[in-house]
Amino acid sequence: MRLSANWRHRRQRLALTGEECKVCGARLFPPRDVCPHCHEPAYEPFEFGGRGEVYSYSTVYQPPAGYEESAPYTMALIKLEEGPIVTAQLTDMDSDEVRIGMPVEMVTRKLREEGEDGLIVYGYKFRPVLQSVSQR
Amino acid sequence: MRDVSIIGIGQTKVGEHWNRSLRDLAVDAILAALSDASLERAKALYVGNMLGGALSGQQHLGALIADYAGLRGIEALSIEAACASGGAAVRQGYIAVASGLLDSVIVCGVEKMTEEVGSNTTAALAMAGDAEYEVIHGPSFVSLNALLMRRYMHENGLKREDFSGFSVNAHRNAANNPNAMFQRAIKPEVFNRSRMISDPISLMDSSPIADGAAALVLVPTELARKFTDAPVRIAASAVSTDSVALHDRRDLLFLAAAYRSARDAYQQADIGPQDIDLFELHDAFTIMSALSLEACGYAERGKGVDLARDGEISLTGRIPISAMGGLKARGNPVGATGVYQIVEVVQQLRGQAGENQLPDCRLGMAQNIGGTGATVITHIMETSS
Repeated sequence: MRLSANWRHRRQRLALTGEECKVCGARLFPPRDVCPHCHEPAYEPFEFGGRGEVYSYSTVYQPPAGYEESAPYTMALIKLEEGPIVTAQLTDMDSDEVRIGMPVEMVTRKLREEGEDGLIVYGYKFRPVLQSVSQR
Repeated sequence: MRDVSIIGIGQTKVGEHWNRSLRDLAVDAILAALSDASLERAKALYVGNMLGGALSGQQHLGALIADYAGLRGIEALSIEAACASGGAAVRQGYIAVASGLLDSVIVCGVEKMTEEVGSNTTAALAMAGDAEYEVIHGPSFVSLNALLMRRYMHENGLKREDFSGFSVNAHRNAANNPNAMFQRAIKPEVFNRSRMISDPISLMDSSPIADGAAALVLVPTELARKFTDAPVRIAASAVSTDSVALHDRRDLLFLAAAYRSARDAYQQADIGPQDIDLFELHDAFTIMSALSLEACGYAERGKGVDLARDGEISLTGRIPISAMGGLKARGNPVGATGVYQIVEVVQQLRGQAGENQLPDCRLGMAQNIGGTGATVITHIMETSS
């Protein structure tokens, strides 16, 4: 039960907060304090919009311990509109509907439960972009 | 810096050794290697292992295994670099002997993966990824490789059946390796109808969970002839790293660390890829074989699978790979794998590979990959006759 670790990552897990490098302008997720592009310090928080597209995906039939309850589920690499790629699960759709290039948006969902007495860990997953009535 | 040679090799059969523990397997391989080297003791022991803590509840393997192998007192420690732990241990042994500090080193790769139920082993293997930004989201290690394979198929217009040649080749070669886990050939149809683990990766794309240990004895080349008539020289040893998380790669479908480590190894040995007679690559998954062949200079980008389709990777092809079954069919006891690869290259260079012996094999390369390409360790071995 990694109490402080889950608390520490709340801005990343719940709001996709990364960093912006003030030297080269790169937007970074996850935040890492040293820009991997220009190797200068990068401490400026940057909140990503949560929109992107499916870059790759795979449906997991043999899950690791702790994730059996939701199997099979679909892992994906999501290319965010601002540039970076994030690893996350897809949700609110069937695995056979997924296509590379599909537009998706971030939502907050349960990532895992750690048993009766443990934590329930929440974080980002991605679902197909919902169209509003006015867009139809 | 001193030149380094391998004077002894040892290995256990790869498989489900329910009656042998982590330390037992390691001791079997070490004693075999010492006997092969006509040596009783060495100055140090380096143990390559990834999962001892997670699956056997055992860390501190250096001292433990040294003691159980009858080597109590020698310098010993374990080295971890995920699935490249074995290659990393060889690298440290090489550095110790080459530096002039130690005159004899035992390197042992060992892994005990069948100790726990499947989902716990799956969770332990996922530790090769980024815990905070990959693993928390639930991927298995297989699924991280599946993300690579799906994108590769998408960009290159391939079907999963196009990868069957890697698996067929590995199984055909393992049929003649008494230490392999799966000593039987398979037909492409078996690959094609194999069940999915994490699509598009099926059971037949994937190396199996297994137990096993392999060991080497390293000495300075100038002393090697005192122990054996057939020492094998380490002509190159090179390591490179990349991001641990797939999402942090500059170019997802290019194994930059494999490229850099192979390039450096070719330079050290003063050769090019065309000079290599045997390439024991890290075929943990068929996609890794394709990407490794591309990164190491054997195929254009997106064309790695063509080498499998055209038979170029077979024992009689342009660049034989997985000659004793590879990770796929010999088996992949992760922390031991990098040492198995080198043991098998030595078998070929000594002319001791039995039915699978390559004619005129003088230069062999072994490449051990940690994670999805984050640590890549390349060694080139050469006959010294």
